[in-house]
Amino acid sequence: MSHPAFVRVALAALVVVPALGGAACNKKSDDARPAAGSGSAAPAAAAPQDKPTIKIGMVASFSGPFADISKQLMGGIKTYMKQHGDTVAGKKIELLTRDTTGPLPEVAKRLAQELVVQDKVDFLTGFGLTPEALGAASVATEGKTPMVIMNAATSIITTKSPYIVRFSLTLPQVCAPLGDWAAKNGIKKVVTMVSDYGPGHDAEAAFTKAFTAGGGQVIDAIQTPVQNPDFSSFIQRVKDKHPDAVFVFVPAGQQSIAAMKAYDERGLAKAGIKLIATGDVLDDHNLATIGDPALGAISSYHYSVAHDSPENKAFLEAYRDANGADAGLPNFMSVAAYDAMSAIYDVITKLDGKIDPDKAMDILKHEAFTSPRGPISIDPETRDIVQTVYLRKVEKVNGELRSVEIQPLVTNMKDPGKDAGK
Amino acid sequence: MTGRGGAIGAGLPSDRWRIWDAALWLAPVAAYFVFPDHLVLGSQVIIAALFALSLDVVLGYAGITSLGHAAFFGLGAYTAGLLAAHGWGEPLTGLACAAVVAAVVGYLTSFLVVRGSALAQLMITLGVDLLLREAANKAARWTGGTDGLSDLPVGDLLGVFHFDLAGRTGYVYSLAVAFAAFVLVRRVVSSPFGLSLRAIREGAARMPALGAPVGRRLVAAFTFGAALAGIAGALLTQTSQGVALEVFGTERSASVLIMLVLGGTGRLYGAFLGAGLFMLMQDYLARLDPVYWQLWIGCLLVAVVLLGRGGVLGIAEVLRARWTRGSVP
Amino acid sequence: MAAFITVLFDGVAYGSLLFVISVGMSVTLGLMRFINLAHGAFAMFGGYTACVLAERWGVSMFASLPVVLVGFAAVGAVLERLVYRWVSRTRPLDQVLLTIGIAFIATAVASKIWGPYPRRLAVPEALTGQLHVLGVDLGIYRLFLIGMVVVITTVLHVLIERTRFGAQLRAAVDRPEVGAGLGIPVNQVFTASFAIGSGLAAVGGVLGVETLGLDPVFTFRFMVYFLLVVVVGGEGSIVGSALAAGALGVFDVVGKYYFPSVGGFLIYGLMVVLLLVFPHGLIRRGR
Repeated sequence: MSHPAFVRVALAALVVVPALGGAACNKKSDDARPAAGSGSAAPAAAAPQDKPTIKIGMVASFSGPFADISKQLMGGIKTYMKQHGDTVAGKKIELLTRDTTGPLPEVAKRLAQELVVQDKVDFLTGFGLTPEALGAASVATEGKTPMVIMNAATSIITTKSPYIVRFSLTLPQVCAPLGDWAAKNGIKKVVTMVSDYGPGHDAEAAFTKAFTAGGGQVIDAIQTPVQNPDFSSFIQRVKDKHPDAVFVFVPAGQQSIAAMKAYDERGLAKAGIKLIATGDVLDDHNLATIGDPALGAISSYHYSVAHDSPENKAFLEAYRDANGADAGLPNFMSVAAYDAMSAIYDVITKLDGKIDPDKAMDILKHEAFTSPRGPISIDPETRDIVQTVYLRKVEKVNGELRSVEIQPLVTNMKDPGKDAGK
Repeated sequence: MTGRGGAIGAGLPSDRWRIWDAALWLAPVAAYFVFPDHLVLGSQVIIAALFALSLDVVLGYAGITSLGHAAFFGLGAYTAGLLAAHGWGEPLTGLACAAVVAAVVGYLTSFLVVRGSALAQLMITLGVDLLLREAANKAARWTGGTDGLSDLPVGDLLGVFHFDLAGRTGYVYSLAVAFAAFVLVRRVVSSPFGLSLRAIREGAARMPALGAPVGRRLVAAFTFGAALAGIAGALLTQTSQGVALEVFGTERSASVLIMLVLGGTGRLYGAFLGAGLFMLMQDYLARLDPVYWQLWIGCLLVAVVLLGRGGVLGIAEVLRARWTRGSVP
Repeated sequence: MAAFITVLFDGVAYGSLLFVISVGMSVTLGLMRFINLAHGAFAMFGGYTACVLAERWGVSMFASLPVVLVGFAAVGAVLERLVYRWVSRTRPLDQVLLTIGIAFIATAVASKIWGPYPRRLAVPEALTGQLHVLGVDLGIYRLFLIGMVVVITTVLHVLIERTRFGAQLRAAVDRPEVGAGLGIPVNQVFTASFAIGSGLAAVGGVLGVETLGLDPVFTFRFMVYFLLVVVVGGEGSIVGSALAAGALGVFDVVGKYYFPSVGGFLIYGLMVVLLLVFPHGLIRRGR
C-alpha cells in the first residue's frame, strides 16, 4: 500500500501533540480533585512532624470497570473537604490519588509503597476493592502508616495489619440481621443468589447461618459469575423453585441493575416471591436507574439517603453543593469516605498536626461519632466498624424511589465474620 | 560472552554480543542506583518485560497468535503462591516448579492451539485462560478466589536477602532472572531450532518438504514460551508476596500483547522496550490524571501505528536504514 | 416441559442479543478481515447516543435506530478514510494496536462525558412485558430481538451474496490487486462496507442496552463476546455468526439454568470445543 509518508506523520502528530499537551494541562485544569497529586517527590523534610502539609495517599481503582466506586469515594471526600476546608491544625491537607485500574494486589501494594516511601504520606486511604486492601496491608505494617479503609468489605481485611481501620461495612454485618429477621417474619423457604467471589461467599454464609438458626430453610444456593451479563436463567431457576423469598447479593452497579431487571421481567413479585437483599443491590445512586421494579423490595443495610437525621440532611446538601446537581445521589460508599475523612481530620486536630502513627491509631481505634448513617464507632479490638443495621423497603418519596428505613434491626452491630473465623 | 550461534553461517541471525547489548543491559543496572525510590515499579516493569519476552517466543518467532498468555503467567504465579502458602517459600525452587507446571499445561494445550487459523488460535488461547481463571475462582478454598493469597511467607533469596519494602532484593532478583531468560531465549532463537521456527512462520507449507516437523517445532516453542511466562508469574508472586485471580485476567493477556507489539515483535528487545515504554508512560500519565489517563495512552498507541509498522523498533529500523542510505549516497 | 421451553426460548433470545451486538464485527472482521477491536466503541457510542436522544428530546428507541445507523455509518466512513486506511491490511498486529488504542480513547471519552455509572434506555411500551403462549411466558423484547436477527441476517446475506456490491466486496477482500485490475473501486467498496459495519455496531449497542446495560467499559467488557460470535461463526459468514450466537446463547442459558454452579465455564468451554471441531468456524465461505 503506497501513500505519502507525510500523511502518516501529520496524522500521528495530530494525535500525539494534543495528547502530551493535554495531559500536562490536565494536571492544572482538572477540577475533579481538591488537590491533584504531584508526581515529583517533595524535598525531604527535616522531621516528619515539622512538615507544612499533611499528605493523604489515596489508592483506588479510578479507571476501568470499578471506576464508579472511586467516583463515589471522591464525592464523599470532596464533600467533607468543602465543608471543613483543606487546612487542619495549621497544616494544609494534600490528597495524592493513585489508580490501581482494578483488583490487582501487586499494583495496590506498589502504589502504597511509593506513597509511603517516596511521598512520605501520613495516611493511606481509599481501597474500594478487597484485593487492593489486602495487597497494601503489609506496606501499612512495615511503613507504620495508618490505613483507613473506605469501602472494601471482606471480613478478614482488618486482621491483616494493626494499622488498618475500616469505616465501611462487612457483609456478614448486614446479612446476619437480615437472615434473622426473615426467619422471624414468616419466610420459611429461601433461595440465595450471590456473586461468586469473596464478599458473595461471606454474604451467603452469614445469611444462611442466621436464617437456618431461626428455623428457615435454604432450598437452593446459586452463585453467579462476577461479570454476569444476563440473570434471566438464574432468576427463572429461582422462580421454578417456588421459594417464599429470594436473598440476593451482587455488587452495586451493572450487576445489581441487571439482576433487578431479570427479577422484574420474570414477574417474581407477581408470583409471590419476595426480594430480600443487601443494600448493595438497591444502592441509592443506582436506584433511579433500576426504576419502579424495585418498589417493595426489602433490604438490610447501614445507610440510606432517606435516613432521617439532621446530620444526613446536612450531608446531602453539602454533597450536592460540592459535586454539583449532575452528580446524582451519594450512596454508602460516599458516606464511608466522608466518615473516614472526618476521622482523619479528627486525628490531625487531636495530634495538633504532628502525626505519630501509633498515637494516630490509638485515636482511630476509639473513634465514635454521629455519621450521616447514624451513630458509628470503631471496635478497638478489631479496628472494624460498629454501626446500626436497618431494615428498609423501597417506596416512592415525593415521586422518587428511596430505601425507606422501617426499623433498626440491630444497633451497634459488630462484624460477626470475625467470630466465625475463630 | 560469545555464543557459538555466529558459527552457523554468515547472514544468519547471531547471538554474538555487541557493545550496545552491554550498554542496553547496563541501563537497568544504572537505574538501580539512580532511582532507588522506584525499584518496585522497576521490578514490575522487568517482570512485564519477561512476560512479553515469553510471548515474543510464541508470537514473534513461532507465529502463534495468543490472547490468553496470562494462563501460563497465572499458573506460575499460583504455583509459587501455593508453595509459599504451604511452607515452601524458597524462591528459586519455587521459580523452577512454576516453570515446570506452566510448561506441562502449555505442552498439553499446545495441541489444541497450533493447528488452527490465527483467529482460532486467538480464541482458543483466550478460552483456555478464561477456563483456568474460572477454575481458580471455583477453587477458592486453596486459591483465595478473587481476594487471592496475601502475606505469603516468601523465604529470603539464597537464604540471605530479605524481600524488603523498598524492593531492592525484588529488583535485583527480577533483573537477574530476566537477564538469564534473555540469554537463553537468544541462544534458542539463533539455534537451528529457532531458524526453523522462523522458516515455518514465513511459509509453513514448504517446511515438511525440507524435513522439518512443523507441528512438533511449534509445540516445543509454545511450551517454551509457557514456561517463561510461568517464571514471570512466579516472580510477581514472590516479589509482591501475594497473588490474586487477576493474574489470569484477559486485561493482562491483552496488555502484554500491546506491550510486545508496541515494542516490536520477533526482536527480543522489543519486549523490553515495549514493556518499559507502556508501563512507565502509564505510571506517569496516571499520576497526572488517574481517571482519564487511558485517553493519552490510547493516543500513543494510535500514533505508533500511524508512524510506521512493526512497533517502535520497526520505526527505528526504517529510520536507521534511511539514515545510512542518506549518509552514503 | 414448560420450564424447558421457556429456558430454550431464553437461550435463543440471548443468542440473538449476542448476534445483534456482534454483527457489525462480522462485517468488519469477518468479511473485511480487519481486526477491529474498537467495534465495541461504536456499539457503546451508539447506545449513548440513543440515551441522549431519549433524555434530551424524548426520541423513542425505534426512532433512534435509523438515526444511529446512518450517523455511525458516516462516522465509520470518515474514520476508515482518515485512520484505518493507513494501516496495512497485511499486518494484523498493527490493526490490533491501533484499534485497542482507539478503544482506550473511547473508554476515557465516554467516562469523561457520561461518568462511570451504568445507564439504561427506556424500551418502548409496546416491547415490555410478556406474552402468554401455550402456557409459556415469552418476553416481548426478546421476541423483538429474535425478529431483528432474522431481518438483519436476511438483508446482509442478500446484500453480500446476491448484489453487485457484495460480489465486488468479496473480490476486493480476496484479491485486491485483481479486483482493482477488473475496475472494481476497491477503496470505495472498503469504505462502504466499513460504514455498514460501524452503523450495525451502533444499532447493536442501542438494542443491547436494555439487557446488558451501558457504561464506559462496555468496549472491553464485551470484546470477548464479539470475537466469540464472529470467530466461531466463521470468517465472512453472516449466517455462520447467527448460528454461532444461537448455539452459544442456548448452551449458556440452558446450562446456567440446570447447572448454575458451572455457569462461568459453559460459554468458553463450548467455544473451545467448537473451534477444535470447526477450526475455521461453523460456516466457511467458499473461495
